[in-house]
Amino acid sequence: MEFETFADFIAMGKHGPYVWSAYGITLVVVLANIVAPLLRRKGLVEAIKRKAKREQLES
Amino acid sequence: MFEYLKRLYHKLGSPKYFYDISGRMLPWLVALSVLLLIPGLIYGLGFAPPEKYQGNSYRVIYIHVPAASIAMSGYMLMAVAGVVVLVWRMKMAEMVAKSVAPIGASFAFICLVTGSIWGKPTWGTWWVWDARLTSMLILLFLYLGVMALNAAIENAQSAARATAVLSIVGAVNLPIIKYSVEWWNTLHQPASIKMTSSAIDPEMLFTLLACIAGFYCLFAVMVILSTRCEVLLREQRSNWVKKLVGAC
Repeated sequence: MEFETFADFIAMGKHGPYVWSAYGITLVVVLANIVAPLLRRKGLVEAIKRKAKREQLES
Repeated sequence: MFEYLKRLYHKLGSPKYFYDISGRMLPWLVALSVLLLIPGLIYGLGFAPPEKYQGNSYRVIYIHVPAASIAMSGYMLMAVAGVVVLVWRMKMAEMVAKSVAPIGASFAFICLVTGSIWGKPTWGTWWVWDARLTSMLILLFLYLGVMALNAAIENAQSAARATAVLSIVGAVNLPIIKYSVEWWNTLHQPASIKMTSSAIDPEMLFTLLACIAGFYCLFAVMVILSTRCEVLLREQRSNWVKKLVGAC
C-alpha cells in the first residue's frame, strides 16, 4: 500500500477531490450503460407479450 | 481458415444466432471484466507508486486512457459496421452500429471529463483548445450526431444507411486524434505506451494494461446487452422471439 492510513488514501496528497470525482463520474456513467439496457429489455419483453396476447384474442 | 471465417460471418448475420451466442458469451465477459477491473483499479488507486511530478493526481490515468482508447475503437467499430450495412445490407450490422453510438459517446464523455479533472491540478486549467482535446471533443459530437440522426429517421433501415455514411465520413477524425500529439505542439503529452517501448514504470504499466483490458470487456458487455434489446425489438414478429419471451 502506498498510503500509511485510510485518511491518507482518501486525501491522495491534496489530489483527493480530483481523483475521487473522476472515479465517481466514471462509475455513474458505466452503471447507467448497464442498467439502461436491462430495464429496456424488461419493458420490451412485456410489450411483446402484451401484443401477442392481443393478437390471440383478436383471431 | 478463410472458409471458416466466411461461414462465421454469415452465421453472425442471423439475429437468432447472434442472440444465442452473445447470451452464452455474456457471463464470461462479465467475469473477465470484474476480475480485471476490480484488482486493476484497486491497485491503481492504492498500490501503484505515485508519479514523480504529478503525485497522486495521475491515478486518473487508469480510467482516462482506457476510456480514450475505447471511445476511438468504438467509433471504428461503428464505421466498419457502417461499411457492412452499405455494402452487404446486413441487418445485424445495423443493430450493432446503432447500439455502439451511445456507449461510445459515454466513453468519449468519460475521457473528456476525467482528462479535464486531471488537467486542473497538472496543467492549472480545466480545458485548452489544443489539437488532442479539440479532436476528442469532435469525436463526442460525431457520436451525438449519429445518435440524433438515428433518432430523427423513423424507418430503421433508412436510419442505418444514413448514419452509416456519417460514421464512415467521421472516421477521418480518428487518425487526427491519434497523431495530434505528434503533428502539433500540444499541451497533452504524447503516448506513454507503445508496442516497442514504454515511458512508464512497469508496475504502472501492468496495472494500466489490466484496466484497459477490463474496460474493453465491460464495453463488450454493454454493446451486447444493448444490441440484444435491439434484436428483440426488430425481430419481435418472429416465432423464436415470441417463444423466447414466453408469449406462445
